[in-house]
Amino acid sequence: MSTQEQTPQPSSSVTRRAFIKMVIASSAAVSASAYLFRGSTLVGQGSLPGAVERLMSLNVNGQLRRVDVMKQETLATTLRYKLGLTGTKLGCDRSECGACTVLIDDIPHYSCSVLTHTVRGRKIQTIEGLEQPDGTLHPVQQAILDEQGFQCAFCMSGFVMSAVGFLKTNPNPTREELAHGISGNLCRCADYDKILRAMMRGAAYMQKTTT
Amino acid sequence: MAIVHDVMPVFELFQPTTVDDTLALLDTYGADAWVLAGGLDTFDWFKDRNKRRKVVVDLSGVQTLRGVKKTADGGLEIGASTTLTDVASEPLVKQNYRLLSQAAALVASPQIRNQGTLGGNVSQDTRCWYYRSGWTCYRAGGNICYADTPTAINREHAIFDANRCVAVNPSDTAPALVALDAQMVIRSSDGERVVNAQDYFIGPSTDITRMTVLQAGDLLTAIRIPATWANAEFYFEKIRERQVWDFPLVNIAAALKVEGGTIRSSRFVVNAVAAHPVRLGAVEDAVAGKPRNEETAAMAGALAVQGARPLTHNGYKIPLVRNLVKRAIRGEAQA
Repeated sequence: MSTQEQTPQPSSSVTRRAFIKMVIASSAAVSASAYLFRGSTLVGQGSLPGAVERLMSLNVNGQLRRVDVMKQETLATTLRYKLGLTGTKLGCDRSECGACTVLIDDIPHYSCSVLTHTVRGRKIQTIEGLEQPDGTLHPVQQAILDEQGFQCAFCMSGFVMSAVGFLKTNPNPTREELAHGISGNLCRCADYDKILRAMMRGAAYMQKTTT
Repeated sequence: MAIVHDVMPVFELFQPTTVDDTLALLDTYGADAWVLAGGLDTFDWFKDRNKRRKVVVDLSGVQTLRGVKKTADGGLEIGASTTLTDVASEPLVKQNYRLLSQAAALVASPQIRNQGTLGGNVSQDTRCWYYRSGWTCYRAGGNICYADTPTAINREHAIFDANRCVAVNPSDTAPALVALDAQMVIRSSDGERVVNAQDYFIGPSTDITRMTVLQAGDLLTAIRIPATWANAEFYFEKIRERQVWDFPLVNIAAALKVEGGTIRSSRFVVNAVAAHPVRLGAVEDAVAGKPRNEETAAMAGALAVQGARPLTHNGYKIPLVRNLVKRAIRGEAQA
């Protein structure tokens, strides 16, 4: 047969180097498409009401961020691993510790237990979004610095977001009210007394800056 | 301790914006569909890989399922997706049905109340850890109850109405709604039906795999509270080990109409003692027409626990129920 004749010669248009490159590129494309489309377990869902696009815009800390989000992805995952906002911590991943607390439309939520697709169009604020553009800390952050309010501080960003959210609804709380307001956060160092003292000072700073 | 995996297993997500679209989706996918409200019960199941669905229908975009409004008969209608924070702080609820706002304010933690919904709170699954850890017990379709064996850890389990399964209903708002004679509005593609709160919750004798009457294709859209118990004397108490997050060991919701120191009519409902909120009908009958005093309280307390059957580690729930009923009769001031 003619097989022998058609075997590419080193001198022909496809070189060995180009061929290897081609193989790598095409297999990369195949594996990428497998990654992209692995979520589509159902055929034709695009025509049904309420079908969801993976590519979305998230309003995080005042910026509109374009991001590709899996249907089953939680907000904590998106913030930490897609947007690089690692100030939001993941402790239990079960709504049981509060380390992942962020504000959604000014209300504290456990970001480990929010699907990112459910916060499309809403305003998300994380610990990174608290300071002013000129680097001035939020009064609650400044108060923590002044009081040295935390030990290991893994739980801190969650506590701060809870406190900031709570102070929006009750700007002048008693210590007891504040303790109740931030009761959805745990500190493994059990440093609650110092945390509360710092947060109370933060509330006082906020009163000063607003009046 | 829960194992933290990277992400939940894959599912297809739908975010309809109307009830009709939601029902169409539930109809299309049947038992493959999972209704997502606040997600606080849902995500535990998915993250632990103990329950899975191909399709998740998220209700967060359906605006008509939120909010509280007055009804023609002077009662209230609360959308099923109204958050527990909103239920607790809503003036319309506070004014006339403080029993419900108190109950909602005692659920879990602030962040959970900001996200968890009233419909979700009453429709949540049991917390029995054998079941939730993926053991193939009766409730999971198997043929054994791991919580009712000689070595089982069953401090939190049932003392009433157990039938093979000894799991309990963990809701705080459910007993309040039963005490207020609330009605649950359920829609499916067949239309709307209204179920009394008391009949909404079912025990293992009715169906061992479900906590409520909801079946595939059903959607709880609203909760109606009639004017019957508006501004009655209320008593709500939740007993738990730590004052945040914990589900109740026992809770009680009571509504009393008292005239000149005499109890005219009443509702007493305890939860976390059976797979459904337990209405203490015998107590209600016995205290009608009796003076609201210590003697009546003692009688009611004794009556409340008749027929209770403790397991190895939950005998403490019997004096707990007895004393909570007594305290409800005494009222908040003297409790």
